[in-house]
Amino acid sequence: MIVIEDVHKSYGNQHILRACSATVSLGEVVVVCGPSGSGKSTLIKCINGLVPFERGTITVDGVSVSSPKTDLPALRSRIGMVFQSFELYPHMTALQNVSLAQIHVLKRSRAEADARSEKILARVGLGDKRDSRPSQLSGGQQQRVSIARALAMDPQAMLFDEPTSALDPEMINEVLEVMQELALEGMTMMVVTHEMGFAQRVADRVLFMDRGQIVEDTPKAQFFTAPVSERARQFLTNVLTH
Amino acid sequence: MSDFDWGIIARSSAFLAEGMALSALLVLVATVGGLILGFGLALMRLSSHWLLSVPASTYVTVMRTLPLVLVLFWFYFLVPLVIGRPVGSLASALLAFVLFEAAFYCEIVRAGISNVRNGQSDAGLATGLRRAQVLRLIILPQALRAMMPLILNQIVIVFQDTSLVYVVSLHDFLTAASVVASRDGRATEMYALVALVYLAICLGTTKAAEFYRKGLPT
Repeated sequence: MIVIEDVHKSYGNQHILRACSATVSLGEVVVVCGPSGSGKSTLIKCINGLVPFERGTITVDGVSVSSPKTDLPALRSRIGMVFQSFELYPHMTALQNVSLAQIHVLKRSRAEADARSEKILARVGLGDKRDSRPSQLSGGQQQRVSIARALAMDPQAMLFDEPTSALDPEMINEVLEVMQELALEGMTMMVVTHEMGFAQRVADRVLFMDRGQIVEDTPKAQFFTAPVSERARQFLTNVLTH
Repeated sequence: MSDFDWGIIARSSAFLAEGMALSALLVLVATVGGLILGFGLALMRLSSHWLLSVPASTYVTVMRTLPLVLVLFWFYFLVPLVIGRPVGSLASALLAFVLFEAAFYCEIVRAGISNVRNGQSDAGLATGLRRAQVLRLIILPQALRAMMPLILNQIVIVFQDTSLVYVVSLHDFLTAASVVASRDGRATEMYALVALVYLAICLGTTKAAEFYRKGLPT
């Protein structure tokens, strides 16, 4: 579904990504973890072309992200993305947030889009918040609206960029539960997160990144019991001991 | 107060109204034209391509360093030279105002757009919206809210600046009042009136800006 091959990315003379290669197959849940500044967010933003990269290729469903011939908006509309800071549109209600791209990208009628949005908002537990503005919602609710916004496009895969990092601890679970449900329904997902509990519950594979490189790409069970790299072992000790 | 002749205001009201109409026309044209042109300039300045951004920022810098009086003069004398026939003071003044204000509106629009978080455009793009759609549906509505008080403030400044058109012998409100004042020797009455009218209009607009800001959802 998503194939990343030898991707390099640098800002000036600072290497952010070096020779990153990985694959996410249909229906797979891949968790990307690693210390901050290791390039996780950059990598995930390369997948839908929000961040351009210099070398290597990324294909989504056989379509190259970096090829100038690719209709990038069309490709992006098939991949949902959820951001650390939610990025809901503050001048719109929850419902309008979820309906916007359905109307302007998928060309659904407003009635059709709104009906779909209501269904999805209900599914993430926010059926009663359709007319609320983002500023009237808690962080956890905002993040669930932003998941709904991505799901409304009927995506083939979902990208999550530290979806719970900006949340108060008591709101993290309501977001993780929604994501977990999605994973169980078979959604293809790539999740950058520090939530190792989530990884243990739903991940198929774990990618561990350090200083721009993918140093570990192993099935979940092996990652938590017998990680290959020393760096990952250290990271796990630090993350899991508290 | 018996020395004052407030009736002069009523007697010269038609002439004063003409002056006010010209002021209003200048404000309207300068604001609408300046905003449209300024919007284009702002998009050029924000472009990552230097062929677009450098000319726009040069234009803005030059215009903002020039006094408006000079620009008014320039266009009054230059435009006929360029197109080969006289255009009249009103047309040249309108053109000068639009081109001058565009530089200021450009900066207001640019600040408004830059104020919207980068993540907002990422979020829009990630759902498959095209750049123009992101700008129109997501960035501009938010930018406009931030810009509104600044635009109203700029309108107040433009209104005050309309008095400068006397240099190309046009009669705006202030010029009309001063004509009456010197003709009939009624300076006190006329300038008191002018002060009150300017105060009312500028204070009203400023209050509207404040009111607008307070009414915004956070």
